[in-house]
Amino acid sequence: MVQTTTANDDIGTETRLELFRLQVEIRDCEKRAYDLFLQNLIKGTSHLSLGQEAIAAGFGVAMKKGDKSFCTYRGHAHTLARGVPMEGMLGELMLRDIGLMRGKGGSMHLTSVEHGVMGSYAIIGAHLPIACGSAWRAQYLSEPDVSVCFFGDGTTNIGAFHEALNFAVIWKLPVVFVCENNLYMEYTPIHEVTAVHNPAGDRASAYGLEKIVIDGNDADVVYRTASAAIEKARKGEGPSLIECLTYRHSGHSRADPAKYRPAGELEKWMERDPLKIYRERLSEFGISGEAVQAIEAESMRKVEAATELCKASPPAPVELLTADVYADGGWAWRN
Amino acid sequence: MAELSYRDAVIRGISQEMERDNNVVFLGEDIAKAGGVFKATVGLYEKFGPLRVRDTPISEQAILGAAMGAAMTGLRPIAEIMFSDFIAVCYDYIANEMPKLAYMTNGQMSCPLVIRTGNGGGLRFGAQHSQSIENWTMMIPGLKVVAPSSPVDVIGLMAAAIRDNNPVIFHEHKALYSTKGEVPDGEIVDTLGTAKILRPGKDCTILALAMMVHRAMEAAEILARDHGIDAEVVDVRSLVPLDTQTILGSVAKTGRLFTVEENPRLLGWGAEIASIVADEAFWDLDGPIVRITTPHIPLPAADHLEDLAIPNAARIVDKIVRVMNG
Repeated sequence: MVQTTTANDDIGTETRLELFRLQVEIRDCEKRAYDLFLQNLIKGTSHLSLGQEAIAAGFGVAMKKGDKSFCTYRGHAHTLARGVPMEGMLGELMLRDIGLMRGKGGSMHLTSVEHGVMGSYAIIGAHLPIACGSAWRAQYLSEPDVSVCFFGDGTTNIGAFHEALNFAVIWKLPVVFVCENNLYMEYTPIHEVTAVHNPAGDRASAYGLEKIVIDGNDADVVYRTASAAIEKARKGEGPSLIECLTYRHSGHSRADPAKYRPAGELEKWMERDPLKIYRERLSEFGISGEAVQAIEAESMRKVEAATELCKASPPAPVELLTADVYADGGWAWRN
Repeated sequence: MAELSYRDAVIRGISQEMERDNNVVFLGEDIAKAGGVFKATVGLYEKFGPLRVRDTPISEQAILGAAMGAAMTGLRPIAEIMFSDFIAVCYDYIANEMPKLAYMTNGQMSCPLVIRTGNGGGLRFGAQHSQSIENWTMMIPGLKVVAPSSPVDVIGLMAAAIRDNNPVIFHEHKALYSTKGEVPDGEIVDTLGTAKILRPGKDCTILALAMMVHRAMEAAEILARDHGIDAEVVDVRSLVPLDTQTILGSVAKTGRLFTVEENPRLLGWGAEIASIVADEAFWDLDGPIVRITTPHIPLPAADHLEDLAIPNAARIVDKIVRVMNG
């Protein structure tokens, strides 16, 4: 049941502007991350969410304070969507002291517990069971938060995905699984390596779940679907599995020019660019160009300010090398 | 003081901590209604109820992943991996996820949980249900690793592991479940990272773990009785943190070091200790450090072959006598 946009005013101007703001800020921040690679200011690897902003924004707005996000290495967008300052994210990519983990984690492990970002996980599938555990804690302690777990289409073919879905259903956990189907598992088209057409949606029935496949490039659709699934989980009615159809504008990681894509595919998806869709949406609802431009200008101002803060930030002190191996803050394994 | 089996000590240790702290929860395969395949969790479900003691599907990744997610958000889970061999199925959590959480997040989170697992051979279960895999867990920074040999240590180290704020791998030896020992009444809480000298001696030090402790003790009696060798037996108990001071102190006294390890030869826990002693106590040594291990083979199921493979008292005695008299 593919849901497409149904234009109505259930969302409201304030929320729509928030959805737009997040998409713009994520887009600008990701583009800045790309520029900073080219300037050799970002080391290691990095995985951009360009083109997938509507999913992060839709869920970010639907989640309440205290809800918990579990992300993958493609987690910059979801981190920003929970209100993490840009310099925390960009600073971690630049491995500076100002970064969320002071450079100890790097781009693939963005974490900000105070914002409910409970980690970005770089071993495919690992965080689905972990999100179940967080949801189990909420259920056990009667805490109201919901755990939301984002992953890519490639994750649906690893065992942990299936273990987690079964587990979440039998324990009726307050967890929402969100598959961002961007059509490629790393460099390989997902349809070439998957037994079913919708890698997540077509697996839902195996776990007694509703098949939910939505337009992941329309922030309104994502927001509505996210809100419904999160509130269902919060009411104790169990987990959901949502497949968001989307497209990665860039390659898998900084090392990937994405030459495997057929000619015209990117151009076709650029027509469905989430920001293009959303600008039209705002106009459709009579939101003024001035409001849009103000958000865009403010986003760029924040990106510039964050970039300067990051550039000025030193590397972390070398004492961090051996800090926090154990929970006492140290690394002693012997006396 | 009462005599208690190693199996019942597991139940008592978990029970003691669940009574004390509502945040302690327990999950695993067949652990609740069935009381565990080794009957080492009997009665916990009845005592603490279905919210705190939960059966899971055969999903080792889900078990450890859920334990981790619960631990990093406020609970203190105990997860059972039925046979330690199955650690290989969910090794991502042990190698990549749990031990690196505090470090990668710059201390934003910790992972206070215990993974109990049935370890070791001697029960004719064959190559995939008999291994001693302490070294699979010992080599990862961020984990703690214990392997008790007696009922009283099971209770005390279990309590310490549950109260610890790190992921602790708790290796229970399957062949010890029916063994018994004296256990004091009341709360028992031990300290991780402490070895115990079980038999003082002056001629050589024998380090052992879990079931090998019993065989080392038996060997020490034979060495004293038949060969005039007064061996000091040290139960290492905790591989991480490692009580190197007790080990180095014993070697300083005896001048000779033997390890008795149930694991196959390569990179068994004794190899690391031999390296430490060679580095730091070389001039205390009166002879080579000798490791007595299972040969570098998978364990066979046949009883006569498994008995040949795993070190026993006769083999320990023979080796020590030859080395000491050589």
